[in-house]
Amino acid sequence: MLQEWVILLTSFCYLGILFAIAYYGDKRADAGRSIISNPYIYTLSIAVYCTTWTFYGSVGRAATTGVGFLPIYLGPTLMAALWWFVLRKIIRIAKVHRITSIADFISSRYAKDPLIGGIVTIIAVVGILPYISIQLKAVSTSFNVLHTFQGPTVVQHIAGSIWRDTALYVTLALSVFSILFGTRHIDASERHEGMVAAIAFESVVKLVAFLVAGIFISFYLFSGPAEILHDAAKTPELSKLMKLEALNGGYTSWFTLTFLSMMAILFLPRQFHILVVENVNEDHVKKAVWLFPLYLFMINIFVLPISLAGLLTFPGGLVDPDTFVLTVPLHAHQNLVALLVYLGGLSAATGMVIVATIALSTMVCNDLVMPVLLRVRSIQKRDLSSVLLTIRRGSILGILLLGYAFFRLIGESYALVTLGLVSFAAAAQFAPAILIGIFWKGASRRGAIAALIAGFAVWSYTLLIPSFARSGWIATSILEPGPFGLAFLGPYHLFGLDMFDPLTHSVFWSMLANVGFLIGVSLFDRQNAMERLQAVQFVDVFHHGRLDSRLYSGTATISELKNLLERFMGANHARKAFFEYSQQHDLDARTTPYADSDLVKFVERKLAGTIGAASARVMISSVVKGEEISLDGVMKILDETSQVIGYSRRLEEKSRQLESATAELRAANKRLTELDRLKDDFVSTVTHELRTPLTSIRAFSEILRDNPALEPEEHQKFLDIIVKESERLTRLINQVLDLAKIESESAKWTTERVHLNEVIDEALSSISQLFNENAIELKRNVPVKPIFVMADRDRLIQVVINLLSNAAKFCDPEKGQVTVLLNAHSGKARVAVADNGPGIQPDEQERIFGKFHQLKGLRDEKPKGSGLGLTICHRIINYHGGNIWVESTPESGANFIFELSLVESNESPG
Amino acid sequence: MTRTILIVDDEPNIVISIEFLMKRAGYEVAIAYDGQQALDYLADHIPALMILDVMMPNKNGFEVCEEVRGDQRFVDLPILMLTAKGREAEMDKGLSLGANAYMTKPFSTYELVERVTSLLS
Repeated sequence: MLQEWVILLTSFCYLGILFAIAYYGDKRADAGRSIISNPYIYTLSIAVYCTTWTFYGSVGRAATTGVGFLPIYLGPTLMAALWWFVLRKIIRIAKVHRITSIADFISSRYAKDPLIGGIVTIIAVVGILPYISIQLKAVSTSFNVLHTFQGPTVVQHIAGSIWRDTALYVTLALSVFSILFGTRHIDASERHEGMVAAIAFESVVKLVAFLVAGIFISFYLFSGPAEILHDAAKTPELSKLMKLEALNGGYTSWFTLTFLSMMAILFLPRQFHILVVENVNEDHVKKAVWLFPLYLFMINIFVLPISLAGLLTFPGGLVDPDTFVLTVPLHAHQNLVALLVYLGGLSAATGMVIVATIALSTMVCNDLVMPVLLRVRSIQKRDLSSVLLTIRRGSILGILLLGYAFFRLIGESYALVTLGLVSFAAAAQFAPAILIGIFWKGASRRGAIAALIAGFAVWSYTLLIPSFARSGWIATSILEPGPFGLAFLGPYHLFGLDMFDPLTHSVFWSMLANVGFLIGVSLFDRQNAMERLQAVQFVDVFHHGRLDSRLYSGTATISELKNLLERFMGANHARKAFFEYSQQHDLDARTTPYADSDLVKFVERKLAGTIGAASARVMISSVVKGEEISLDGVMKILDETSQVIGYSRRLEEKSRQLESATAELRAANKRLTELDRLKDDFVSTVTHELRTPLTSIRAFSEILRDNPALEPEEHQKFLDIIVKESERLTRLINQVLDLAKIESESAKWTTERVHLNEVIDEALSSISQLFNENAIELKRNVPVKPIFVMADRDRLIQVVINLLSNAAKFCDPEKGQVTVLLNAHSGKARVAVADNGPGIQPDEQERIFGKFHQLKGLRDEKPKGSGLGLTICHRIINYHGGNIWVESTPESGANFIFELSLVESNESPG
Repeated sequence: MTRTILIVDDEPNIVISIEFLMKRAGYEVAIAYDGQQALDYLADHIPALMILDVMMPNKNGFEVCEEVRGDQRFVDLPILMLTAKGREAEMDKGLSLGANAYMTKPFSTYELVERVTSLLS
């Protein structure tokens, strides 16, 4: 046993050393020579994870469950392996967005919604109370043990008048200490380098103290850990501890603890603060990934030996196993070792309390109080930097007093570890919103709100309320059978699920509700622009750098922004910040009274570091004239943009239509030009064809006139030529007129039953002379059976004559041969006229029916007709509803065919 | 020495009429019914003058005119173009290719003989 004043003096000396370290750390940081900017300090500061829970509680846990204390360290070790993927991303996001706390992080992810920040803060504060209470309990217990320990028979009963309660004084002392420590600076995102240095130092102290205790107990009181294990194995109750069945709740419990500690190492507010907010360089994570598990290993190595040694030293459960680390050395009258152990425990507690309260007070101030405060107009106008400090100090004191209240209400009924796990389960409620939020853009604001509330509600109902009940503050009937006697609502066996221990049960239901709501609501939700913007910035933080999420349409004066910053940061800090900015950006306030958007952004980031992103936004928009474009404004802009996109799409559509119309027009124009050219050619051809006979007629007429004394033979010959050429002229004129008539549809048609056999014979007889003159062999292949069609008889004769004369023109000049064929089948009468000429090129076969088209390059270059014969044929056959076409292979003749519908032949009059 | 006129035209009746006119005016006459025949003839004859139709099979009048003018022997050969294509553009084309005179069909027999005479004097 030690004198009270010795303990108190040692304690305050120790706290004084911490202050000195913190002061030195801050000085060095101000001088720009950081002492914490290395991975080792970073790793040691992460070891704030090891609190009195580890220091005293692990031994206590091991005394009842053997290796059951291990999952709490296994989880972080597993999680450390994932840090490079998860933690690094979180750090990067936090840096980009100047995140000040876990509440700030989650609310930023979900559209900077202040409501989310508030919810997270409440969960964090309520959830952390059990954890703080165990630190208070541990410190006061260790203090009491240290100065009252008489032997294993003395059991502590401190409870009684609150004023005689050591824990209250511990609470107040820690409050003062934390306030002095954590709220010297106001800008929370300005890292607390001094504090981190002190925390790292504390991690060294607690590790050394625990190792000293372990070595002392194992090697001085016993002759090594092996002997302790050997001795313990001889005792039946102790040997059980070395097997897995000692584990309360079996493997599911093991799994739950591992899972919870995996989440806790990242998402306990103080861990988040140290890992993310206080991180200097994200590369430090690389080393911490293996250094931190090493630290955990070292601080756990003597847990089981100490625990077993305690059980061997104090059989019968007279001494609380949570105090073995202290009581075993005390029992051996090693006061110095006990004092060192006490200091280790003190550092474990103070480290946790300092970081937790700083993190929480930042959250309470920025995410709970400020949003409310900023609604009050009159407060907006005042200098708020001192108000902010007051709020933070008040919240530190408030949180610790609440922790104390929790300790008074419940603390005595539970072991350290059990209470700590309640806090772990609360911290785990943040995991889905963060982990899913940084990897899935679809997670929505409403989803996050629903998830947090649901998870927290289930956690409260299944863990917090039962702890009140078990402490006797609420009727235990709520546990068994359940509220209102309804067993299925029982907090330990919700909906009849009774296969788990209470913790696993709670984690199962709260995580199910949490994740379920987050995903479920998000899937059915529609994110607004702000949500999508933030989601993209978080999820794709490595893809693009800083993406400006803000749009300012208005202006602000520099002096206004300066005033704003002064109100929250204090005049000195504000002036310094502005000075730095103008140095970097070449800004001269005397020449430009108005701030550019960069400066506005700078001020907003500074403010965000002080009062959180959501509040900073409100303040900035109150100063910027013409205002920051509101979310509605952004939406409007987006709407307008989409309208513009719509217009341009329609324009594109229109221009496409125009283009195709233009193409059509161009084609039509080309066709017209082509027609025009054809008409020109036609006119020219017709002119030529008219002039040629005219030339002969005129020449011979003049010859006859000028030479009356011509030989009679010659005279006769010239007259014959004149007559022939006149006929030729007449024929040509007739054809042109004929076509014009058909074209203008003024032709008179006489439709009657036509005997096709006769039509062919008539055509043949009228053209036979041409064939005879040119010695063309004619093959007539016409059946005896009459074939009838409905048609204009004369026109059909014209068609056949046309085809025959074409054939005569184009057939072989030496051995001309033309075949006429008539037959009927499948309701059609077919007439074919084939020659043995050079044939028609495939590309010409359709065009030859076109108007004005004359074949070139056949027997000779000069077209033989007017270019109208086939056109006329085509029109006539078309008029009768028939088809006309040509079948030809070059060099083996052409076969012109037309078909008309048959009429019943048996009605033929003969 | 009688002078030979080469008549090139694919219309037999027109050839007959020109042949009659030239013979009566005291010239010898050679006849070609298309461009190629005309060039074949010119290969080993040098006429005094050529009356050349334009629209003909196997090389039209323009082609014949161009080819003939490219031959050293015929630099001074008078060429009279006679065509049913009466447009000015055709006329210009013929003259630019080296024709000495250009007449359109139907022509005046008197004028034809006159032009031939003047070209040869």
